[in-house]
Amino acid sequence: MYFPGRLLPALLLTPQLAVTIVFFFWPAAQALVLSVRREDAFGLSTHFVGWGNFAAIFADPAYLASVAVSFLFSFAVAVLALVPGLLFAVMADRVVRGAAFYKAVLLLPYAIAPAIAGVLWLFLFNPSFGIVGSGLRRLGVDWDYLLNGRQALLLVILAAAWKQIGYNFLFFLAGLQAIPRSLLEAAALDGANSRRRFWRITFPLLAPTSFFLLVVNIVYAFFDTFGIIQNVTQGGPGQATEILVYKVWYDGVVGLDLGGSAAQSVILMAIVVALTAIQFRFVERRVHYG
Amino acid sequence: MAGSGRGAWLPHAVLLAGLAVVLFPVYVAFVASSLSLRDILDAPMTLIPGPGLFANYRAALTAGGPGTSGVGVGLMMANSLFMALAIAVGKIAISLPSAYAVVFFRFPLRRLCFWMIFVTLMLPVEVRIIPTYKVAADLRLVDTYAGLALPLIASATATLLFRQFFLTIPDELAEAAKLDGAGPWRFFVWVAIPLSRTNIAALFVILFIYGWNQYLWPLLVTDSPGMTTIVIGIRQMIGNGDAETAWHLVMATALLAILPPVIVVLAMQRWFVAGLIEPEK
Repeated sequence: MYFPGRLLPALLLTPQLAVTIVFFFWPAAQALVLSVRREDAFGLSTHFVGWGNFAAIFADPAYLASVAVSFLFSFAVAVLALVPGLLFAVMADRVVRGAAFYKAVLLLPYAIAPAIAGVLWLFLFNPSFGIVGSGLRRLGVDWDYLLNGRQALLLVILAAAWKQIGYNFLFFLAGLQAIPRSLLEAAALDGANSRRRFWRITFPLLAPTSFFLLVVNIVYAFFDTFGIIQNVTQGGPGQATEILVYKVWYDGVVGLDLGGSAAQSVILMAIVVALTAIQFRFVERRVHYG
Repeated sequence: MAGSGRGAWLPHAVLLAGLAVVLFPVYVAFVASSLSLRDILDAPMTLIPGPGLFANYRAALTAGGPGTSGVGVGLMMANSLFMALAIAVGKIAISLPSAYAVVFFRFPLRRLCFWMIFVTLMLPVEVRIIPTYKVAADLRLVDTYAGLALPLIASATATLLFRQFFLTIPDELAEAAKLDGAGPWRFFVWVAIPLSRTNIAALFVILFIYGWNQYLWPLLVTDSPGMTTIVIGIRQMIGNGDAETAWHLVMATALLAILPPVIVVLAMQRWFVAGLIEPEK
């Protein structure tokens, strides 16, 4: 059923369209325009360079290194946030007493800002006074994430994954509780033990949730972790933890390379669009299962 | 099905380990916020809270720490609260009418309008950060509260959620309202909005957390000390992250930054969970 009229819907849409055009389409268009232009040496004027900025980016070993770090970081964060999330959800689905309490506490990191999560983990793992970092050194581990790039990457991965566990837990738990009990009981009557029931029934039925969460976690690791990187490592040591979002910011704001930064923005937009398209495919698949 | 004697302890053991993983970093921060800087730097740090709790929090709230130019965390929390509320309320306020318009009206360019809103779902502000800053600068929004909130309101999540919900409102309801002489505006205000209150509550929680936890945008768009949000304030206090940092104040501030979103999540958990999980069903 529809209401007649044109003026009212136009008025109802105006605020959102205005905000969207001013703060979304205008900047996105400027990113596209800037990405094919380059500033002269004095920053006074720009000229058209076509694919020049993109060619320069893809010829730049620092950018390619940042791409590699971003993918490694994202997959590691996704796996380290998904596996414990699933494990805790399976366990929480089995308990009766205290379930609400477990759920409330496990959800907590979701409410914590990535930048703050970074500060908490930085404080734990500081090599000289951090309770874990200094402990590792006393145990003879040569822990110093300020100098060791691999350790730095590990630390930001742990901090980013920790923040995301609660979110994954919540979705897995909802997925588990949507599985018909009768299915599992029938399998139990047929003699399937709990491990077999999990791998043959629960896990396949959770597949749509898992795919959905995988994409969400990768998007999170790519775009929402700027605060973690900046608080913990500032992209260093060297470039060991310089993910793409950090590099866009650094090249644009610190390096003042507007054309190069805009071209990086355009590439990031392409990545997000691709990830979103994948996500919608899997969301559609969910419907078939549901 | 659960707990047939032998394995009943296992879920609790695993979940308790989970709680430890989640709570340990927060607990250590809490302990550090009750110690003096000297006690913190004297590794290994104790895990028993010290006597400095109130003094540290009072110092942080009123005077901030080194790097914050004398701005106290109290003012930062007010700034964060304003930003979070402006984003949550603003997004809901512009999304309800636009979703209502695309669901309950047929007008030229309806599909175009819908898609213009829909594509914003895909691109977080982080990927178009420099051009967005340029727009904010052109509009003289740098270092203003409007600049802090407006660009983050431009996204489609809330519109999509309300659209999906409005599509489930039965036709009969609108027909009946029409027979009773209610026009589209009255139906919107007296039927559609009250029916959406669960969704509104859920979105409010999600958007409040999203707004409170923002980092990159406030970092760029605010300059003057008085505009600092708490998440940015911590960055300023950390500086180089070495022993010079006033870690007892940093940790007090970190806990103050965690507290409001945690309270909102716990208090509104039921709606929040429904809102988080329903929209992608």
